[in-house]
Amino acid sequence: MAAEMIVDVTKTFPGRKSIHASLRYPVASSTVLILFGPSGSGKTTVLRSMAGLERPEAGRIQFLSRVWLDTDLRINVPPQDRQIGYMAQNYALFPNYSVAGNIAYGLEDLTLTERQQRVREMVELFQLTGLEEAKPRELSGGQQQRVALARAVAPRPQLLLLDEPLSALDAPTRLQLRGELRSLLKQLALPSIIVTHDWAEALTLGDMMAVMSDGAVLQMGTPQEVFCRPVNADVARVVGVETVVQGTLVDAREGLATVRVGAVSLTAVVEATAGAEVFVCIRAEDVTLELAGAGPTSARNHLQGTVSAIASLGALARVTIECGFSLVAVITRSALTELALTVGSSVRASFKAGSVHLISRQ
Amino acid sequence: MNWIAIWVTFKLASLTAAALLVIGLPIAYWLAYSSWRWKFIVESIVALPLVLPPTVLGFYILVAIGPHSPIGRFYTDLVGHPLPFTFEGLLLASILYSLPFAVQPFATAFEQVDRTLIEASWTLGLSKAKTFFKLILPLSTAGLITGAVLSFAHTLGEFGVVLMVGGNIEGVTRTVSIDIYDEVQALNYAGAAKTAAFLLVISYLVLLLVYAMNRKVWAVWPQK
Repeated sequence: MAAEMIVDVTKTFPGRKSIHASLRYPVASSTVLILFGPSGSGKTTVLRSMAGLERPEAGRIQFLSRVWLDTDLRINVPPQDRQIGYMAQNYALFPNYSVAGNIAYGLEDLTLTERQQRVREMVELFQLTGLEEAKPRELSGGQQQRVALARAVAPRPQLLLLDEPLSALDAPTRLQLRGELRSLLKQLALPSIIVTHDWAEALTLGDMMAVMSDGAVLQMGTPQEVFCRPVNADVARVVGVETVVQGTLVDAREGLATVRVGAVSLTAVVEATAGAEVFVCIRAEDVTLELAGAGPTSARNHLQGTVSAIASLGALARVTIECGFSLVAVITRSALTELALTVGSSVRASFKAGSVHLISRQ
Repeated sequence: MNWIAIWVTFKLASLTAAALLVIGLPIAYWLAYSSWRWKFIVESIVALPLVLPPTVLGFYILVAIGPHSPIGRFYTDLVGHPLPFTFEGLLLASILYSLPFAVQPFATAFEQVDRTLIEASWTLGLSKAKTFFKLILPLSTAGLITGAVLSFAHTLGEFGVVLMVGGNIEGVTRTVSIDIYDEVQALNYAGAAKTAAFLLVISYLVLLLVYAMNRKVWAVWPQK
């Protein structure tokens, strides 16, 4: 049996759009799958079905060689027997237990010595030293998140399920913990599934990505594939970032960074301390096109290129430009006519330094 | 003051509260978490003693445990004497009479436990029973104490049910409220006034305890 996760579930809610989601992907020791989509797209329901907390009316869920759900065979393994770590969006820390008590909660089958040993390991790994006896309400948001994660992984689950793990945090903490979470997940060498609606989180954390909208999975692939080559307009609309390329940070000073993408240099605003290897993300609506040889503008990035594809999006057009890498711009149809753009036209693409988002993957 | 009646009353109220703490928990758990569509039928039955005149409830209990009913005959065969007009019969009636006063606060407390906490416990491998004892019960202490105290206080003051099922046997089934009634009937207003004042003070103190405990502002029960 191949090491795979196979999900195919149907669930209806009264008065809401029903969910019919299927996905399948190979699971390695530390594969992180991102379930990506806007709120109401059904991603949390799919995650909860995997955890056994939601009961789909029909479907099948198989993780590695174990069948967790098969409505035809009347199999529905309860959450207790799935050997999963699950973290809810609000962390769901037990208010009547201390940090150590929360972490030890799922370790009932261990002997007292083993249990204490495991709690110590977790406290150390999640940098909670000194907080063992604190109650959840005395902790900051970031600390609560680490306790919840420590509690979920302490029983050594086979799969980790995280529902919007960073959404309850304020923006600066979120940015910091995004990177920490990635290195933690790699360190734990535990397959994980993360629900998020934040494209930066998807790029930072994901190895695979499933885009969901209206209860269905629209596309599966690596995050970069999904962002750069959306299979249809719906996916493009849901992910919202059209250009994602790998780059190298060569210089950063006074809040501005120079990033090398192949032979091209770009100027970006640095949001957080980024590592050397980054994803360079540019939204199509931030890119303006002008005919070659136009005068200077306030935009920091000007790239000379040729149009390689034009696709119609109703009143808008999606133009792909080869300028050392594939850059996508969305412009109005009237602009397209005015500039007389066709495949093969020479064009200059401009965008501000602030429109270039760098996502570190260290 | 009739100290014997006071002793009988406190014994009855304490045993009723203790019994309801045991019997009420599974009923409350079921009411709080069952998704059975006809659950409201059971809810209404549990709440019935709230609206039913005590004499009506007492009458049916008397008939049910009397020598002409199967339950009454079974009890007589088992123990050797009939259930009506005994302390045990009175206890049974009190338990039924105070059932909603225990079950409703218990069920409310269980319902207020955040669903995501219960789910977290399940995903950590704890069965529903273990989750109940390790998580739900400790988070419901205020509701448990409220239910126990209310059923205790409610039993202190019962009159109609006692008269119907227990009668008025000194040292066995004569409670404080019956004693007050007897004193008034005998035109001994001074004796009645003393006992009545005693019952008033006790009832007030008990309610004071309940309301104080349910004030979230105070840390009456520090989480430890």
